[in-house]
This record gives sequence, structure tokens and C-alpha cells, in this order.
Amino acid sequence: MASLGIVKEVKRPKPLSTNSAIAYATKDLDVDVVSAYPITPQTTVVEKIADFIANGELDAEMIHVESEHSALSAAIGAAATGARTFTATASQGLALMHEILHIASGMRTPIVMSVAMRALSAPISIWNDHSDVMNARDSSWIIYFVSSAQEAYDTIIQAFKLAEDSEILLPVMVSYDGYVMSHTIEPVITEERDDVLKFAPKRPFSYRLDPDKPVTMGPIADPNWFYEIKYQQVIAMEKALVKAREIDEEFKKTFGRGYGIYECFMCDDAEALIVAKTSYATTLKTILPRMWEKGYKVGLLRLRLYRPFPVEDFKNILDKVNAILVIDRAISYGAPLQGPLAMEFSSLISREDLNLNLTSVVAGIGQRRMIDSDFENLVKLAWESRTKKFDKTIFYGVRT
Amino acid sequence: MSKLYKSLFEFPREERFVSGHRLCAGCTIGPVMRLLTKIAGKDTIFVNATGCLEVSSTPYPYTSWRNPWIHVAFENAGAVASGVEAALKILKKKGVLEKDIKVIAIGGDGGTVDIGFQALSGMLERGHKVMYVLYDNEAYMNTGIQRSGATPYGAWTTTTPAGKVWRGEWRPKKDIDSIVAAHRVPYVATASPAYPIDLANKFKKGLDYTEEGPTFVHILIPCTTGWRFDSSLGIKLARLAVETGMWILYEIDHGEFRVTYPVKRRKPIKEYLKPQGRFRHLTEEEIEKIQKLVDKEVERINRIVGKEVIGPVA
Repeated sequence: MASLGIVKEVKRPKPLSTNSAIAYATKDLDVDVVSAYPITPQTTVVEKIADFIANGELDAEMIHVESEHSALSAAIGAAATGARTFTATASQGLALMHEILHIASGMRTPIVMSVAMRALSAPISIWNDHSDVMNARDSSWIIYFVSSAQEAYDTIIQAFKLAEDSEILLPVMVSYDGYVMSHTIEPVITEERDDVLKFAPKRPFSYRLDPDKPVTMGPIADPNWFYEIKYQQVIAMEKALVKAREIDEEFKKTFGRGYGIYECFMCDDAEALIVAKTSYATTLKTILPRMWEKGYKVGLLRLRLYRPFPVEDFKNILDKVNAILVIDRAISYGAPLQGPLAMEFSSLISREDLNLNLTSVVAGIGQRRMIDSDFENLVKLAWESRTKKFDKTIFYGVRT
Repeated sequence: MSKLYKSLFEFPREERFVSGHRLCAGCTIGPVMRLLTKIAGKDTIFVNATGCLEVSSTPYPYTSWRNPWIHVAFENAGAVASGVEAALKILKKKGVLEKDIKVIAIGGDGGTVDIGFQALSGMLERGHKVMYVLYDNEAYMNTGIQRSGATPYGAWTTTTPAGKVWRGEWRPKKDIDSIVAAHRVPYVATASPAYPIDLANKFKKGLDYTEEGPTFVHILIPCTTGWRFDSSLGIKLARLAVETGMWILYEIDHGEFRVTYPVKRRKPIKEYLKPQGRFRHLTEEEIEKIQKLVDKEVERINRIVGKEVIGPVA
């Protein structure tokens, strides 16, 4: 990354897993309250935070709650009182929180949560896919998918700045692949706490529970009011799209690292695109250059900000290609396209009257192995889909 | 421990739970909340589980609460209160907050003994400095009188109707107070709206002891619609519950068990059951069975105290 002159010195990276990187981010953000329950593969996030608190490196209250339902409930209480509040979960834990996810956003509490994505039972699986987060996509949380430990660290910092913005006040989920990322050690540059707090200053939001300015939070709203209150969330989401981009740009100016709200890799002159996220996107980046050498001009659209969905950007990107292949790591059972993300791109294509083929591929369910040759197959399939329509969702790698 | 109240005239005058709420006429939780907020005072945050009180006192854009108040869901008042308390603690430590702010969680019987049980236990076990107030009207009244774990033996509810086979609720009321006490919290008490000075002092003690840890005050709340009695009889029924031994007023202060309102001669249980439509179906034999259940509970309490504090039926 080219220095913009503001970066003071070359920083030495630390060897950190994505889980540890996230714990470091909470420390550097001087988080006040951490409310979490153990679940594989999220656990080491909270263990690392506990180490920081135990050693006096972070001054925070850790609430050792008795369930994820209570984890998020306590987080709402803490955030509503004005504390910078963090939680982390995965899979069944996220599912157990589901009721409270909607309340956290409806009450506009700026909580940040990391999700080490994992399949949902049954059968029980501790391995990675994206069914947990996709199941929570309509809960009015801002959702990021990150692709490296460094991006996770940086995005947690961006997420607090975004969540706590008085125009936004929505909770943020930062999601990444369980095990594949959560437990893989990568070089991560961490920043000084003073610099992080300068970038994301703590500002308890104005509608907190304060005896000097008492407010009633979480009342009952009859049909004459409910709709408008929910519509305010729609507006906040729209604003978040603009704000997230600005925050990332500011982050890049401050720390020298930026990601945009999505990434288009080898998109120039590409005739087809693969839409992927998290570790699959990273793997594809290593595959695509050699596939181009073989004549497959396929680019990668890496999803980073998922909610709000960068509609305009994606429209412009899709406009330039003949085909997209969307990889889903979750299944929408019985739906017109059984990849939930593919359905969203399909609706974008039809709404914008774009003329291109869309192929829906489900892969890596319950962490079914995907190696280089599998990704090469998908690149070839994307290439083929320029001239051939695949109507049904392809369940790649399943034994039938 | 600050000074206890001796008369009603000593109660703070300032109103903090104000009129305009939509509680049923004759509901006994209104006066209890009025008293609780007066005693708690300005610097208190209230956490309310979903229930009658919550929906009736906060119809957006109105509120009856002059204190900061938060409702999140049905089963998590204990957890939300834990979060509020933890935030207050760390914000004070970091110098963001200066004053001491108390936390009170309020839940109905369903939100406390059933669906909110786990969150309550977590809050108690972790030692959060919160006073939890259980207002117990002995069924899911907000959804229309369905049976809860706190519904007493013999009571008709919409899910334990009295028919040819079923004769109302057939299981005894869950003993939540013993369960709470088993968490070894500094203070557990039962209370009644018919005994406001006893009630006020229990609130006061419960709040004072939050300096050490969680406290619990359990109030029997006669429900005019769910128990099916004339809306003028709420307080009278609350008193009859105590006079018949159906509801025994006690406190467990640091493990020390004390009956705060001894009853020398009990009234027969029939006097409590009769004005209530929910017990209308009961036969003489069934009433006799309830009398025996009450006698047994009185015996248990007297045994704990070590002498006869609740006397026989006159």
C-alpha cells in the first residue's frame, strides 16, 4: 500500500488469527462492555478479550451470560446505557439471538458483533458455511463479509464508527469464515489505541438511559406509528451505504489500508464474473490470473458490504459482462433459485433490465471441501455461462 | 440500611409513575408501581419485561414513566438489567458517569418464573446489583389468562379450563422464592399491595442491599380480569390472601428467614376463593383440598421460623 505521508512508520505485523485480530480491535477501540457466550468457532475471540481484561490491557466489563439470547439482550441494555458494546457469536448462537437481532436494530442500538460463520443444525456441524448469517439478513443489521484477518481488524474499527454515527445508529455484523479464517494465522498490523480512538471517538449516543433526561425505550407502537418507525430503519440503511464508503476512505487516509465497500478483481475486460465472498474470494484471487492465461477472462466481484447492498455499483459492474456466476454457501430451500444471494442478483438484473446470464451455484455447504481444481471448474462454468443458460441452481460437489 | 417507613405519610410525594396509563380499572400493579418509583427516586433505571405493565404504561408516543425505562423482550429482563448495570459500573469507573444510579428490573410471573427464568438465574448468579420485582398475577394475563408456572392449584385459566375431565390447574404454584434464595442473594421478599408499609420497606431494603448484589421482591397482584372479581375488590383480595395464609409475607435477609406479617388466626381459604370467578367451579371437596395445601405450606413456614407465626384456621 502506497504511503500517503500520514502513516508515521512501517509497522510490524503480528501473527494473528481472524478471531484474535478482532479481539485486538476491541481492545484498541477501548470497548466498555463485552457480553458473549461461548460457541465454536467464535470462542477464541472472547477468550482473547478475557486475557486482555485479565491482564489490565483493556478496561471493560465482561458479562458471562448464560446464553446468546441473553448475550445480545445484555448488549442492548449496555449500549442503551451509553457503553461501547461488543459481542461475538456463530451458527446456533446467532440463531438463538434471532428474536433480539430485530430488537437491537429496531431500538437503534449501535452494537458491533463478529460472526465466525458456521453451518446450522441439523445434523449438527461445527464447520463453515454461511447459512447462519444468511438466515439473519433481514434483521436490519449492517452486514460485512471480510476476507482476511487484517480486513477483520480494520472493519471492526470501521463498524463502530458506522454504528455509532448519529445518522445511522444501526448494529453491525462483521462476518468471516469459521475455522478457515477464524483459526488461521495471518500477519496483521494493529494500530495504536490513541489513533484508533481518534478515528472512532467514543460518543455515547444522545438517547441513552439517563436519569437527568429520562426516555422510554422500547414502547409499544400501534398501527398508526409502527410503520413509520420501521421506515426510519430503511432510511438509516440507505444512509449507511454512503457512510460506509466514506468511513472506508477516511480509514485509508488515516491508516493506509482501504477496501471500498466491495472489490472487483480482474474485472477490466472480463466477460464473466464470479460473485464470491470471504475465503472463497481470496482463493479465487490466486486462481484467476492463471485462468486468464488460459483464455478464461473471468473476473471476481467480492462482496464486502452486504447490507446495505451496493445496488448502483453492482449495476454498473454487471452492465459490462455477459454472465455472472454467484456462489452461495447457504441454501434457500424450495426457492426459485436456491442460492439466496443468486436471487438478489437475479432481482437486480431484472429490475435494471440488464442483459446477462446468471448462474446460481451452491457450494461448500457444511465446509464440503473446495480445492483449487474446484474453483477452476467454477471459472470454466462461468465462462461457459456466457453462451449457455443454466436455469436451475447447481449444487456443486454434492453426491446425489 | 437507611431508615424504614412507619407510616404512609412518610412516602415521597413526588409522582414518578404518572396517570394516563391503560391498565385495567382496579388493577393492583398501578399503585404498586406508583409506590416503587417514589421509593426508588429519580436516579433509577427501570427495565421492564414484556407484559401487562409494559404495554399499558408505554403506548407510543406516551409514557407513564418519569424515569429512564427500557423494554426489550419478554424473556430477558434479567439479561437487559445485567447489561445496564455492567454499563453503569464501567462508565462510572472510567469517569464518564459521576453519580450512583440504581437498576430495577420488573417482570410478570410468565416473564419471570417461566420464559425469563434462565435470564433471571444468570443475573442472580453473576451478582449484578439489580433489584428484580416480580409482579405475580398468576397467569399470562396480557395474552388472555393462560396458565403459567405461577398459576395456583385449582384455578381456571383459558388453557386449564374447568370441564368434565379437567378441573382447572392441577399442579401447585412454582416456589420461585426458594429458587431465587438458593442463589444465595442478599435479599428475597414476598409482598402485597394491601400492606403498603411492609411493601415499601421491602422495596427500600431490596434497593439498599443492591450494594451487595441482586435482590428479589415478589408481589401477589390480584387481577380483576383474569381472576374474575369486581374491580373494586383488588386490595381486599390481596389482604384476604394474606389473612387466609394463601400468601405469606416474609423476607429472607442474608439467609435469615422472617415472617413480616404474622397471622394469629387464619380465615378459611373459602373466603379468598369465593369472590373469584376463576375458582367458581370448585366443589366443597376441592376447596377442602386447597385448604389442606395451604395448611401444609403454613406448616412448612412455621417449621422454618421455628415457632407458630401463622396460626390455625379460626
